Amino acid sequence: MSEEISLNEEKKLWHGTYLSYGIGFFVSLIFTSISFLLVAFQVFPPEVLIYTVASFALFQAVVQLIFFLHLGQEGKPHWETFIFFFMLLILLIIAVGSLWVMNDLNERMMPKHMTTTHHD
Amino acid sequence: MTDSLIVHHTPEPHPDTGRPDPHQDYFSMRFIGFWVYLMTDCILFTTLFITYAVLHTNTFGGPSGKDLFELKLAFGETMALLFSSVTCGLAVLAAVHQRLRASLVWLGVTITLGLSFLTMELWEFHHFYSMGHSWRESAFLSSFFTLVGTHGLHITFGLTWAGVMVGQLLYHGLTVDTFRRLVLFSLFWHFLDLIWIFIFTFVYLMGVI
Amino acid sequence: MFGNLTLEAFQHDFVQTMAVMGGVVNGVLLIALITYLKKWKWLWNEWITTVDHKKIGIMYIVVVLIMFLKGFADAMLMRIQQATAAGATHPFLGSEHFQEIFSAHGATMIFFVAMGFMFGIMNLIIPLQIGARDVAFPFLNAVSFWLFTAGGMLILISLAVGHFSVSGWLSYPPLSGVEYSPNEGVDYWAWSIQISGIGSTFSGINFLVTILKMRCPGMTLMKMPIFVWSSLCAMVLVIFAFPILTATVGMLMLDRYLGMHFFTAGGGGNPMLYFNLIWAWGHPEVYILILPAFGIFSEVVPTFSEKRLFGYASMVWAMIVIAVLSFLVWLHHFFTMGASPNVNAFFGIMTMLVAIPTGVKIFNWLFTKYRGKVHFTSPMLWFFSFVLNFSVAGMTGILLAAPPVDFQVHNSLFLVAHFHGMVIGGVLFGFFAGFTYWFPKYTGFFIDERLNRMAFFCWFAGLLLAFMPLYMLGFMGATRRLDHYDPSTGWQPLFIIAALGGVIIFFGALIQFLGLFWSIYKRKENRDTTGGNPWNGRTLEWATHSPPPIYNFAFIPTVNQLDPLWADNPPKEEKREYQDIHLPEDTPVAFYIGTLCMILGFAFTWQIHWLGILCFAGILGLIIAHLSEKEKHMTITAEEVRKIEESYTKRQQTA
Repeated sequence: MSEEISLNEEKKLWHGTYLSYGIGFFVSLIFTSISFLLVAFQVFPPEVLIYTVASFALFQAVVQLIFFLHLGQEGKPHWETFIFFFMLLILLIIAVGSLWVMNDLNERMMPKHMTTTHHD
Repeated sequence: MTDSLIVHHTPEPHPDTGRPDPHQDYFSMRFIGFWVYLMTDCILFTTLFITYAVLHTNTFGGPSGKDLFELKLAFGETMALLFSSVTCGLAVLAAVHQRLRASLVWLGVTITLGLSFLTMELWEFHHFYSMGHSWRESAFLSSFFTLVGTHGLHITFGLTWAGVMVGQLLYHGLTVDTFRRLVLFSLFWHFLDLIWIFIFTFVYLMGVI
Repeated sequence: MFGNLTLEAFQHDFVQTMAVMGGVVNGVLLIALITYLKKWKWLWNEWITTVDHKKIGIMYIVVVLIMFLKGFADAMLMRIQQATAAGATHPFLGSEHFQEIFSAHGATMIFFVAMGFMFGIMNLIIPLQIGARDVAFPFLNAVSFWLFTAGGMLILISLAVGHFSVSGWLSYPPLSGVEYSPNEGVDYWAWSIQISGIGSTFSGINFLVTILKMRCPGMTLMKMPIFVWSSLCAMVLVIFAFPILTATVGMLMLDRYLGMHFFTAGGGGNPMLYFNLIWAWGHPEVYILILPAFGIFSEVVPTFSEKRLFGYASMVWAMIVIAVLSFLVWLHHFFTMGASPNVNAFFGIMTMLVAIPTGVKIFNWLFTKYRGKVHFTSPMLWFFSFVLNFSVAGMTGILLAAPPVDFQVHNSLFLVAHFHGMVIGGVLFGFFAGFTYWFPKYTGFFIDERLNRMAFFCWFAGLLLAFMPLYMLGFMGATRRLDHYDPSTGWQPLFIIAALGGVIIFFGALIQFLGLFWSIYKRKENRDTTGGNPWNGRTLEWATHSPPPIYNFAFIPTVNQLDPLWADNPPKEEKREYQDIHLPEDTPVAFYIGTLCMILGFAFTWQIHWLGILCFAGILGLIIAHLSEKEKHMTITAEEVRKIEESYTKRQQTA
């Protein structure tokens, strides 16, 4: 059964600090603004923009996971971190798998512009 | 039969991944329980993102993201949510330092910023609708409204929760229960900002490139 | 005012009207019986408002038995139809009705019999096996149960009011879209699945946290019973698969209610996306069902072989591998939808790989029995039948995993025979074994073993007779969901044999039901007099009384090895004083939330919008009110604990 603990003990189990929020805030602000400006002013060609903006998003997500959501700072055993990484694995499997499958299906369903049958 | 198991047990001194978790208090249990719920929400949003990725080019003769999205508005929403995520953290920090009034102020700022986010989003939806583009027009618009709308619905629930927290803090002050619920709210709110990073990038920014 | 609901919704054909009358009469009799015995208050205080995992487990099984009656009736109707409809001019059931029946049969059996039985047994056993007093979130547990019941009730209500879906248990679009299924059928299905699906997700969270955080001192992960491991793996699957279902069915509902174009034939929609997403959930779902059944066999086989489980570590790893692999195979459910050979090949190979860890498990069970002292009790008989039926059906699965073969038999009766062999031979037989095995723990008396064996033989023979012909029919070209066929196909004799198999299963189920009531009637003679461990089991649930007291264990046990009750050197004994025990307080809020969800589902199915919105507001209000309260406890004082413990000792002495 769950036990009651005091308010002070509860506070010790939460891991936010002014520093962590400060760092998270500034990094997120900078990366979001740069992404926005890069796209708004079309600074790079589209392909480069896509990869740049995507990696900025991933980086910012990691920053927010660590500095806002305090991932990894929970005590041993690190169940929250473990469950997060497992979720990430499943997320990648179903996202990559679905996009691969749907792309493949759509390609084969689209009208071909060739007169001869084409086997891939 | 039961007698053989009447033993005196001392708490495990140094837990590692192999051992049972000694943190069986309300806070730790509800923290991990809520965390697992957030993980399920990640998969829910993943499904909606996959759908958007597959359907966003199906504009069925109607407008695409490039035609509709106003990047400045989306950036404004992003800033509002980012700031509100930080002020939410500050609200919890104030509570940790037992400063109830400061905590309430930061929570109020969080709610205000969240409401401004929601207002901008609803304005955008209304703007599209008044131009004659609803979710009935194409698969792209269906998936856009659903992905962004589901996030907005989560924001709405979050703001309701924040409002209830204000009430609880005013009525009960900072107790074991209200502090725990404030922390769980902050987890939820941070999580929603995290999801928004991906919406801003993969829906709005990519849509305009 | 009442949306689309009119008096016409209450008009049905003869067969359905009879079924509804039967249900209503039974319901009225039940209410009359409870009133006569003056048990309403008891029902409310002891069962409807409970948050005790043991009672919730029993309630799950009660609802499962009711839903099983409906699902099995559906099955018998289908068998009769197919046995008699060789070119028949007046078929027994109309086409539409037949389609509703097979749709309801699948949805009921998967969501409300298999899932319910699984959650029921997990509720009963997991806290005891890990030495805990309850699950991590008892209130949430009660909410899960009432959401489950609400979903089940919606399917039962659809029998009486209006029509159920005709688009199968998974409601494929475009047939399930608003254009081709404009009536209330698919909406009944959707709300039923969504409501119970959310309950399942909550249970997944609950049991995951329970297993990770509430094990008793000394019980490391590698000292847990295998049933707990199997449940842990299954709950991980629940957590990551059910949100896909929620989102996908949600999008189907948006298509239907708000005119969106996710899966429509026009508007840029892509029905193939539905197949992809629904099976990304659907495949993990079947592993969610089978893993706990594997876990039950891992408990039953060692106990009735008087030998420790062979290869504990490999069993654990096999289940983890199965769980991960289950997310990598989903496309095998739609090989024929038109993906390229590379895609089909990848998923075909991944599917075949699952046979490896599964085989490891089967051999481990067999090695457990080797040189053990095997008792042929009915749980063991269920196990033997499982090995035969599940392995055969599993091998047909490997056949199906090869895309070229699947192109021939996809959606034929071969497929139907395959999955029924897995679900009945694997999942259901596992749950039957567990139900019998743990029955004396929960009630303090035994199920009549002779009747149980008779039922077993009926199920065993019936299963073979009902589904072996279907493999043949599949090869002969019979597709699934046929409501009639030409007699020149030569299929009718096989359909008749299958129907005969169904009748034998019916007798098996009947004997089980009667056997249950007979055992309850004869409970004084069949009492467990061993003080809680009649099978000489080795796991912690056998270390407490039968039935367990509300607090499970007077003292939380400490273990230092696997199979603690068979320990050579258990932890040192020390006498302790009884302490006060704190348990969560009962509450009606979970029941209210479930009821409001059921009414909400019904309201939106019939487009009675004001009622649905009112229910939603009520649910929201209840949740906010409940989550704003201080955690409430009830205390069982040390003195009360002592009295309870002593009453058990006294009862055993007089036996």
